[in-house]
Amino acid sequence: MNVQTDAQDFEELDSVCVRFAGDSGDGMQLTGNQFSVVTALEGSDFATFPDFPAEIRAPVGTTFGVSAFQINFGSVEISTAGDEPDVLVAMNPAALKVSLSGLRKGGLIVVDEGSFNERNLHKAGYSENPLENDSLSDFQVQKLDITKMTLEAVKETGLGKKDALRCKNMWTLGLVLWMFGRPRKPITDWLEQKFVKIPDVALANICALNAGHAYGETAEVSSNLHRYIVRKHTEEETGEYSTINGNQALAWGLVAGSELAEIDIMLGTYPITPASALLHTLSGLKEFGVMTFQAEDEIAAVCGAIGASFAGKLGITSSSGPGIALKTEAIGLAISTELPLVIVDVQRAGPSTGLPTKTEQSDLYQAVWGRNGDAPIVVLAASTPQDCFKVGIEAVRLAIKYMTPVMLLSDGYIGNASEPWKIPDINTFEKFPVQYCTDPKGFYPFKRDPKTLARVWAKPGTPELLHRIGGIEKDYDTGHISYDADNHQKMSNVRAAKIAGIANDIAKQTVELGNAGGKIAVVGWGSTRGSIHQAVRRARKEGIDASHVHIGNIWPLPPNLEEILNSFDKVIIAEMNMGQMNVLLRSQYLLDAYSLTKVTGQPFKISEILDCIRQQVGADK
Amino acid sequence: MNKQPLSFKDFETDQEVRWCPGCGDYAILKAVQMTLANIGSTPENTVFVSGIGCSSRFPYYVETYGFHTIHGRAPAVATGVKLANPKLDVWLVTGDGDGLSIGGNHMLHVLRRNVNMQIMLFNNEIYGLTKGQYSPTSKQGTKSPSTPFGSVDLPLNPCSFAIGAGARFVARGIDTALKALPHTLERARDHIGASFIEIYQNCIVYNDKTFEHFTLKKQAANTQIHVEHGQAMIFGTDKDKGLHFDKENFALEVVIIGENGITEADILIHDETNKLMAQMLVELTAPDFPVVCGVIYCNPTQSYDDAVHEQMNKAKKGKKPDFNALLRQGRTWTVE
Repeated sequence: MNVQTDAQDFEELDSVCVRFAGDSGDGMQLTGNQFSVVTALEGSDFATFPDFPAEIRAPVGTTFGVSAFQINFGSVEISTAGDEPDVLVAMNPAALKVSLSGLRKGGLIVVDEGSFNERNLHKAGYSENPLENDSLSDFQVQKLDITKMTLEAVKETGLGKKDALRCKNMWTLGLVLWMFGRPRKPITDWLEQKFVKIPDVALANICALNAGHAYGETAEVSSNLHRYIVRKHTEEETGEYSTINGNQALAWGLVAGSELAEIDIMLGTYPITPASALLHTLSGLKEFGVMTFQAEDEIAAVCGAIGASFAGKLGITSSSGPGIALKTEAIGLAISTELPLVIVDVQRAGPSTGLPTKTEQSDLYQAVWGRNGDAPIVVLAASTPQDCFKVGIEAVRLAIKYMTPVMLLSDGYIGNASEPWKIPDINTFEKFPVQYCTDPKGFYPFKRDPKTLARVWAKPGTPELLHRIGGIEKDYDTGHISYDADNHQKMSNVRAAKIAGIANDIAKQTVELGNAGGKIAVVGWGSTRGSIHQAVRRARKEGIDASHVHIGNIWPLPPNLEEILNSFDKVIIAEMNMGQMNVLLRSQYLLDAYSLTKVTGQPFKISEILDCIRQQVGADK
Repeated sequence: MNKQPLSFKDFETDQEVRWCPGCGDYAILKAVQMTLANIGSTPENTVFVSGIGCSSRFPYYVETYGFHTIHGRAPAVATGVKLANPKLDVWLVTGDGDGLSIGGNHMLHVLRRNVNMQIMLFNNEIYGLTKGQYSPTSKQGTKSPSTPFGSVDLPLNPCSFAIGAGARFVARGIDTALKALPHTLERARDHIGASFIEIYQNCIVYNDKTFEHFTLKKQAANTQIHVEHGQAMIFGTDKDKGLHFDKENFALEVVIIGENGITEADILIHDETNKLMAQMLVELTAPDFPVVCGVIYCNPTQSYDDAVHEQMNKAKKGKKPDFNALLRQGRTWTVE
């Protein structure tokens, strides 16, 4: 037995990207998540990208049923899930076929050759077995009969074959843990806890995990399996950390906002991919005064939230693009009645049903302009999983302070992706307690704060403030219904001025990386932050005077943004749509920018942005 | 503290009422204001929510809190109001178009969930505010601007819909029945859960006299029956007609007391907790049958808002919410 324990057996890497790919039923998301947990506990920086099909269980073995989980981790700062995986774990032919094109040349493929039978090859559309011809000659291939070895490993537990085969992912995880010198204990602890009521299953999974690990250690190790070491990310600030995905961070951010505002929230929502996780999290937080209402449809969901806001709670509604479209008329009602409302749009690829599980940033027009009438609202965009927490708080603050709907744009990528998160202390945030109107003196429902232009919030149950509001235009001075033409002009003006004025109450635009002013800026918003950041960093290393500007306040825009953009010779606007931010900035600033767009359902690769930077500054020749 | 009891006039607003002269809505408004006074409502704890349409202008005319929302969505808004503050007495005002056409889905679910509120559906069998198109309750053959050759689709029976949706309180009234309607509305208010009241309302401009065959005062005794729980369902000017359950045909029939050996003992006793009976009663139409008014079905169960708050309170009980602890649940690690 050749037990390898010495550090010299490890090859040290700054960062590595691993992709787990298998059938929808192979448990790849779970495998990836558990590997992320261990990576986090070992102190490496990381970013993940769960990439799964819309079908819950697509036909076994098909390419459209492939579910993948990519993790990029390193001792250096990691801000994307990686352009090209270095290691691909493929549990069947379909997974190999789908993932191969993204793999780095020379990268390692670990395949379960036990699944490469004629039937599976046929389903994946292979006319001949790629493991037996030279089609994989650009890569290092490690063929292992994981199916067989898993069955052997769990034989003693007496599990039936079907259940036994479900432990294949743990065998694989065990091997990958061995490859990167990661401990198994966090996984075995987790398995014991998860299957506490079915100890047989817990034991079988642990046996498989241990067997996969032991295979790496003891088996006749072929030249293709090596051990790597990825050390701690030492630049990390001190403090307590956990892993967080965007939907979780957003749910907690909204609750944090409610704590800081000293108001209870009522989430009215309807299940939709990829936003449902918000409902799942918030429905379990009743002790924090969070009420959730799973309505009959998207419209009822937003209307329930508006009703709750009218009654004095903070109404929140969440959805994805198609659902937001359904809510549109009701959002107009909240604008007209000037009630606080937070609308979360976890964007996905559209139009219509589009690609429900694939990411996109194509609801920008809808968020900013997509309503009947002149109907301005606040639009904010979160840029990373952990940024969702802060933006959640900001959305609550602005909605209440300005009595306005606030649209919060997240997307499927950051919603599902996870990263390490330095857990904040709620006590360090500034409170912004809600103030209801209780004074009948000179009261009328659209009486405004002269500074913010927000109307008073008088909730039912308050004596002597009886009033009626609705979607019909209101008289500026009394709040009664009014069909007067000049009054409508005046009310339209004040609604617009109220939102425009918020520009003075938001963070100033900063330059994320590089200088304010220079040769070229890459402008982004939302979840493209990581890719743009890395691309600009690499461009700067190449000597290109590039900068990164990332916009979080979409509407109103920060007042100093125009000056910043004008300080660059060239501007690239990179976004995962057909150029919506480009149109928006052009409309506001007559900005002449290069529009870099992508709508493949996959996040930008660093190289795609870097190539564009080189090309725009003429450095590609 | 020794406040004078409020009169119906205290529930009038300073707003000019903008319904057409002679509209049935005026009478209903009066009945509602009388009801609010009768039951001692506190204006600040009362909220009227409406959708869009003639009936939905109602909140502007009641001196309470009010929310005139968007077409068909009032049940959802009202659900949000009630969930946010269950102490509020919520009244929903809607019409046959608002409540059963564009808002049919929300009506279904507010009834199914049994949210504690009073839902008044003004049924005039026509679209008024959009100028006279036929509605989902219009009789087949209705000629309107959108159906110049007569409508071809079959109408919906609102009370039947409500029972089918799982409503636990279903009643019916008539706009001009100023004595009966406040009583029915009081019963609706007393019922904890969604109380559905269909009110026949005459649209004097676009569908005048559509209910006249059973609402005309001089014939009313023979064309309407106002049911009371535990009372025999007897009607007619001479109190000689009644509803009898024909077992062989599983149907209701009108019988005359004193004819064919029929006595009062043969007349069906109204049991408002009997859903099957309610389903049969709401389907009766004039002229063959009397139109059934009053509280047709009342069989309370826990309301949605009550159940939601019960669950909230249970979850909160004995816990001191600690947000920082929430963020630190699960696996964390420390960077030193």
